[in-house]
Amino acid sequence: MRKGEITKVSGPLVVAKDMKGSKMYDVVRVSEERLVGEIIGLSGDTASIQVYEETSGIGPGEPVYITDKPLFVELGPGLIESIYDGIQRPLDIIRDQTGDNIARGVEIPALERDVKWVFKPLVKKGDAVSSGDIIGEVKETVLVLHKIMVPHNIEGKIKNIKQGEFLITDTVCEIETKDGVVKLTMMQHWPVRLPRPYKKRLAPSLVLSTGQRVIDTFFPIAKGGTACCPGPFGSGKTVIQHQLAKWADAEIVVYIGCGERGNEMTDVLMEFPELKDHRSGESLMKRTVLIANTSNMPVAAREASVYTGVTIAEYFRDMGYSVAVMADSTSRWAEAMREISGRLEEMPGEEGYPAYLSAKVSSFYERAGRIEVIGKPDREGALSVIGAVSPPGGDLSDPVVQATLRVVKVFWSLEDRLAYQRHFPAISWLNSYSLYIDDVSEEMNTTIAKDFTDLTKEAMRLLEQEAELQEIVRLIGVDALSPEDRLILDGAKSIREDFLHQNAFHEVDTYASLEKQYKMLAVCLFNYNKAKEALSRGAAFNDIVKMKVREKISRMRYLLESELSIMDRLQDEVTAEFKKLANPGGRNDKGIQQHS
Amino acid sequence: MIKEYSSILNVSGPLLLIEGVEGAKYEELVEIYTRAGEKKRGRVLEVDKDKALVQIFEGSTGIDVQDCRVRFLGRTLHIGVSSDMLGRIFDGLGRPKDGGPEIIPEAMLDINGAPINPTARNYPNEFIQTGISSIDGINTLVRGQKLPIFSGSGLPHNRVAAQIVRQSKVLGAKEEFAVVFGAMGITFEEANFFIQDFTKSGALERVVLFLNLADDPAIERVSTPRVAFTVAEYLAFEKGLHILVILSDMTNYAEALREIAAARKEIPGRRGYPGYLYTDLASVYERSGRIKGKEGSITLIPILTMPEDDKTHPIPDLTGYITEGQVILSRSLYRKKVTPPIDVQQSLSRLKDKGIGKGKTREDHADLFNQLIACYARGKEAAELSVILGEASLSDLDRIFLKFSNQFEERYISQGEKENRTIEQTLDLGWELLRMVPRAEMKRVRDEYLQKYYDHTDDTEK
Repeated sequence: MRKGEITKVSGPLVVAKDMKGSKMYDVVRVSEERLVGEIIGLSGDTASIQVYEETSGIGPGEPVYITDKPLFVELGPGLIESIYDGIQRPLDIIRDQTGDNIARGVEIPALERDVKWVFKPLVKKGDAVSSGDIIGEVKETVLVLHKIMVPHNIEGKIKNIKQGEFLITDTVCEIETKDGVVKLTMMQHWPVRLPRPYKKRLAPSLVLSTGQRVIDTFFPIAKGGTACCPGPFGSGKTVIQHQLAKWADAEIVVYIGCGERGNEMTDVLMEFPELKDHRSGESLMKRTVLIANTSNMPVAAREASVYTGVTIAEYFRDMGYSVAVMADSTSRWAEAMREISGRLEEMPGEEGYPAYLSAKVSSFYERAGRIEVIGKPDREGALSVIGAVSPPGGDLSDPVVQATLRVVKVFWSLEDRLAYQRHFPAISWLNSYSLYIDDVSEEMNTTIAKDFTDLTKEAMRLLEQEAELQEIVRLIGVDALSPEDRLILDGAKSIREDFLHQNAFHEVDTYASLEKQYKMLAVCLFNYNKAKEALSRGAAFNDIVKMKVREKISRMRYLLESELSIMDRLQDEVTAEFKKLANPGGRNDKGIQQHS
Repeated sequence: MIKEYSSILNVSGPLLLIEGVEGAKYEELVEIYTRAGEKKRGRVLEVDKDKALVQIFEGSTGIDVQDCRVRFLGRTLHIGVSSDMLGRIFDGLGRPKDGGPEIIPEAMLDINGAPINPTARNYPNEFIQTGISSIDGINTLVRGQKLPIFSGSGLPHNRVAAQIVRQSKVLGAKEEFAVVFGAMGITFEEANFFIQDFTKSGALERVVLFLNLADDPAIERVSTPRVAFTVAEYLAFEKGLHILVILSDMTNYAEALREIAAARKEIPGRRGYPGYLYTDLASVYERSGRIKGKEGSITLIPILTMPEDDKTHPIPDLTGYITEGQVILSRSLYRKKVTPPIDVQQSLSRLKDKGIGKGKTREDHADLFNQLIACYARGKEAAELSVILGEASLSDLDRIFLKFSNQFEERYISQGEKENRTIEQTLDLGWELLRMVPRAEMKRVRDEYLQKYYDHTDDTEK
């Protein structure tokens, strides 16, 4: 093996000489401890290397081993239910080998080598196959059927294909190509920094339902879309990411914990196996891949972790699945870039971030999309990316937020003002937006209810009116408003408290199907419209707000998915109570006098 | 082999550049002997060919370019740890400061530790009763959590911390906390307050103190929390003790870090703090927690004073992103003589949901605190309104909420330094206050709990 020699060590940056012939982004092994590093700069025969492990105790004169390979991931059965660090080393196996604290220089393959998988061939001898074709499948977990595909740049005829139980390194198929016979195992490799190719990109038009009312109803994300949720600490970014990882209507979820708290990853690790997917009734872990590079783990590996995660996600996308990637938090990833850039003594851009920050951010989000996959049979895959951003002080002018907002199509603005009022999810209904609303409205209107989008527009108008009226109230008090305006405030309050507010920690309220969401919103608006009607017929505002049925409306959230018909009856109850309100004459006039 | 050099190229601030060095390692420990025979310690920040950049812990007073000798020790900074450290006082680098004998180490450990494998962590979920309603009831602390106190100059953060140390216990468990206290740049008076308080409550023999006071070398502070955590880790994960680590004041720590970064002429991030402040703080804070299969735990309460009470200042801001919540002290509550002046709206404990509920505190706890906060927020809004428009302009309901929020501050948050409330007392007090508000407004509480705790006043309070 060729080797160079270290000349400089400064934190995670190592400079080595005698590195002639190395390529950018090649992986190297640093010192006799064999720390993993990646070449990020070349000048003459010296290379700048970012090291993915702690460098204390390393000094000039020590060797650097050149592998001539880029940083790649192993793809194949065994990915699901794994927990990896930023460069795809299995953390659970590392723990078995080296104990509770992470040791350096560990070399463990990402996919377990001694597990046998049942391989079922889907092509036969003599079939012509090319890149991306599915040649067989493995039932990886109860939820995931792992498709084995022909790796890229291989084309030919099947010479031999096997069936039965195999290790991941066993040959399962031989392909006769024009350059000779190629042996295929169930595993392939892919460099993390290179997006996997596809045949064609399609416009996202299907909704990725998340079970979160404020998201699905007002600011939906499409399958293959991108979203970001910036917010100050304590505004619930991580809870939202966890909620999406739990309830998003995706077949595969890749959760990247990038530079965040260790206990949060533990939370995911302990909670996901217990939680049941509401569609299949199986454990959520059976469709999840975790990448954990917590804030105290080496900073350079944090930079790599988002690429590792998105490459694994692309691989599942190529099988024809809808995949969702959660990255929490992309700010930590950007900070890792900044740290390395600073050590390289590059000229900084805004706030010390490198000038290429925005290019890196946008090319990461561009790896999302709904696509037609290369290979037979024809299939469509979708990769949705949802990134959390942690701007300092919640300041949205932060370069990472701005770079992100330029590329993503959905913006969930988390506000601490809402969080202090314990309004969760603390997504601002006034500042957030989704550019997919028009794309997905057709689906919503045909599959859920034909007035779905009309209802959301009506509700949003009410909330906007509320915001305008609040300004007036702040100046001259609520009494100065007409009963009609007060009713608008009341209707908006009902939408906020009975619909938008959702308790992630309540066993029922944590998830609401689109149907439930629609019905809840319909009841809120029905009640408001009935009230408006009653008011115009002369009912008293105070009597309206005291109605009994309101308590039931406020408890709609706790209805099980099997009890949704109760909400239809609730509309009748609303009608009935308003009828009662209208009947006993005289009182109404008094009511009006009180408030006009 | 230990090598000695006298080839100092330049000294700037706390940094020393030495040339002609062979085989120096990153993070290696060095000893510097001045002309006067004084010994200082430092560590290597960067090695570039034959040049080593060394940070001196004790500051560069007395160092000259000609006569100083620098010795590279061939190892990183290790400290000797032992159970005998309980009850002792050390300086910021772990050397005895109380006149007692040197520690006979049971193990020599690298002060930088190694990151805990996320799969080895055990989720913190054991409720710690601090006896303070605004923490237990609203922002519950659990074992293994890191919960900072965000304070400002002149606010009683030290008293709150001392009260937590005095009163904390885990329900149904006998073991007591041992405390590791890391003081960074605080004054003698502040340190003395803690020592006196520990002595008075008899806790001193369960405390390990690391004191880097305001007049001690600032650069040493960068190592103080790491030394403290090394001892805490040993006591918690090797000796099975439950450790409460208190670090005060993290603002001074971050400033020392900034001083080094400035001396290295690094490109500064926000407010002159280095771009890696987040990573650096995380490498300290994240050492707390619980580990599967290990008896002990480390709970961390760092104290930091926010410059100008500004929560968006980089130090509280980045701390908030790493820790699991924050307890914020409020100047306006302090002026109202509310003790402890904890701003329950802005404070947050992220782990509370795992530490409360049936079998831990009480089934109604979660719904109750959500409702309390919601009502308190309504009351505060009404209070703002009444400032502008006068109380007469409030609706009847708003007036009820206003009264509620005042009572909530006076009776629930304010309890004085001496009162130690059980969790039942805290919860029942919450219900008692909620009964001021009409039942229809109890939107955050499940019906069954309303029936059990809101409606039946007499049954529950006995």
